[in-house]
Amino acid sequence: MTALTIAKSINAGLRRAMDADAKVLVMGEDVGRLGGVFRVTDGLQKDFGEDRVFDTPLAEAGIIGTAIGLALRGYRPVCEIQFDGFVFPGYDQIVSQVAKMHFRSGGRLRLPITIRIPYGGGIGAVEHHSESPEGYFAHTPGLKVVSCASPADAYWMIQQAIASDDPIIFFEPKRRYYEKAEFDLDQEPDLPLNASRVVAEGSDATLAAYGPMVKTCLEAATAATDDGRSLEVIDLRTLSPLDLEPVYASVRRTGRLVVVHEAQRTLGVGTEVAARVTEECFYSLEAPVVRVTGYDTPYPPARVEEDYLPDLDRVLDGVERALSY
Amino acid sequence: MTVDTAVTSASGTAADTELVQLLTPEGERVPHEHYDTLIDDITADEIRDLYRDLTMSRRIDSEAIALQRQGELGLWASLLGQEAAQVGSARALRPQDHVFPTYREHGVAWCRGVDPAQLLGLFRGVDQGSWDPKENNFHLYTIVIGAQTLHATGYAMGVQRDGAIGTGDPERDAAVLAYFGDGATSQGDVNEAFIWAGVNNAPVVFFCQNNQWAISEPLERQTRVPLYRRAHGFGFPGLRVDGNDVLACLAVSREALQRARDGEGPSLIEAFTYRMGAHTTSDDASRYRLDSELESWRLKDPVERVKAYMTREKMADQAFFDGVEAEAEQLAEHLRTTCRSMPDPHPTTIFDHVYVDTPPTLRAQQEEMARYLDSFVDEKEAQ
Ligand SMILES: Cc1ncc(C[n+]2csc(CCOP(=O)(O)OP(=O)(O)O)c2C)c(N)n1
Ligand SMILES: [Mg+2]
Repeated sequence: MTALTIAKSINAGLRRAMDADAKVLVMGEDVGRLGGVFRVTDGLQKDFGEDRVFDTPLAEAGIIGTAIGLALRGYRPVCEIQFDGFVFPGYDQIVSQVAKMHFRSGGRLRLPITIRIPYGGGIGAVEHHSESPEGYFAHTPGLKVVSCASPADAYWMIQQAIASDDPIIFFEPKRRYYEKAEFDLDQEPDLPLNASRVVAEGSDATLAAYGPMVKTCLEAATAATDDGRSLEVIDLRTLSPLDLEPVYASVRRTGRLVVVHEAQRTLGVGTEVAARVTEECFYSLEAPVVRVTGYDTPYPPARVEEDYLPDLDRVLDGVERALSY
Repeated sequence: MTVDTAVTSASGTAADTELVQLLTPEGERVPHEHYDTLIDDITADEIRDLYRDLTMSRRIDSEAIALQRQGELGLWASLLGQEAAQVGSARALRPQDHVFPTYREHGVAWCRGVDPAQLLGLFRGVDQGSWDPKENNFHLYTIVIGAQTLHATGYAMGVQRDGAIGTGDPERDAAVLAYFGDGATSQGDVNEAFIWAGVNNAPVVFFCQNNQWAISEPLERQTRVPLYRRAHGFGFPGLRVDGNDVLACLAVSREALQRARDGEGPSLIEAFTYRMGAHTTSDDASRYRLDSELESWRLKDPVERVKAYMTREKMADQAFFDGVEAEAEQLAEHLRTTCRSMPDPHPTTIFDHVYVDTPPTLRAQQEEMARYLDSFVDEKEAQ
């Protein structure tokens, strides 16, 4: 067993992927000598050389666009986008090119590209550094979108993402980068990449979350026991495709679902989850699906972010609404 | 695969690169056949004003860094080392000109008349730019690298359509000044801005502060030719100026801005300078650059050289320098007290300016938040 933070687990996963396959490249702004602004790629350039781990010009369209070319030439690029809010100069390359190449080529061309994006708020940052843009990508056919919430998942999911022949948008919960947990680096992963998982069992209501909000939901579930409530928590892990079987199974038992994410509410991941659960579990539901999310505003200044972001109290408030319906 | 760094010459060599300089690092005035004519009207009083601007810019910066260390700001992007580039270019502006800054242009803001305390809100996390851009023709800070260069170009196209260039009326003809860094020159947006400005002959001056670094990436990661030379390919003039020489920055900016106001189109100025601090207060520059580099640039300090020049030319005595120092201390005190008393915004205000015409659905969310927050007040009262 090794105790690692999420940041160090991704680093270890990148290392293993690079050791396993000489075609794996790491590219982005400041990923080389600096090791990334969050140090996720720390030491990789030193160990794998400047051909495989390189600092790119400051241009996100270039990072994604050249990764496409490298992938066409047989490489497996792992692109780092420095912060969530800076992916948009590369958005055209992602949604019009990365997402569609396999489709357009009738399956002849594959783009095994992993695009890592530290995302989410709660770190007191200035604008553009705390956003949750996952919905834009999950809405785009051709992209697979995942987010890790624990060190073990970070370690395995990054390797599975790199091994995937489909392009993966890999969302990293930046405010949880320094959360630590023990896990076995050598034990094989218990789940494929695009699968969700129950992380706490309960019987009164179900909480579904991903990335940074999984911890918040687990804390809410612990707090709820004081009121004699038993909450089930599901880490969705994959946002596109969604894996909702565990959610359906849970809702059939609890009859109540609260979906939690930092991203704004309208047309977010929670909206899709709510629609599908309504379709699949209509007769099991005792209350409408509740969404506890960011509000439909731009991410606010840091000194009010605590009121924008779902926290333990807001999650429990959502649970109350579901239970008292 | 290796990149042949031997043929890389992003900084350029002395032999093939001209650097406009009017004041040496030692504070000696060097004559220049052409650029002297652009500043020969400068009086000793105006030199003293420039020194004051440089000192105040530096003091704003050091006070903001201190406030960040004390936890009053979440972050600060230091301008240390870039005072002359900012003051020199900004003092070439006329009131009707318009400025589009990055997040580091505190000295420009000062010269435009923005209360420096207003710059702190963004970094404290209470707003995203609290000054009225129309009041001083100084746009909001832009953090997304390079985006503002297109805004500046479009604004200049508007100036053009308003007939506010080439009339010969010094109160009317206007130019636009776009600031950006060396790293930004790699962005598509910046290259598109160059193209649009060129094609439209827009009255915009692109002022690149080449401080040699984009966070941890040295200039060589962005370019293989000196940046100013790129202008040629876009069809307008470009030049490199000693960015630590306030007189030279003033002279070249005056010329470029007047060109724009006269309807002669865009230009690019590469101010060759150095980021003396870390990228921001969150950065640790010792991870990627050598102290020796810092040492050599310390000898080119933009403030010290003006002081040396003024002393040499007997333009100022100790009483003057002490006076500026005292004024800077007052400004620092103003920053401290204003910053510490900046209230956190009320959470429900985040809904207020999303739209001009707020949809009822959003108002409903605002009310939902208000009810939720009130429920805690009720709880407290009940206890
Ligand atoms: C589109 C975008 N990508 C990445 C970033 C993150 N970032 C902030 S500053 C910076 C470096 C900017 O370098 P430069 O243009 O030279 O300006 P300087 O900071 O040196 O003034 C980077 C990569 C950003 N703000 N915007
Ligand atoms: Mg720079």
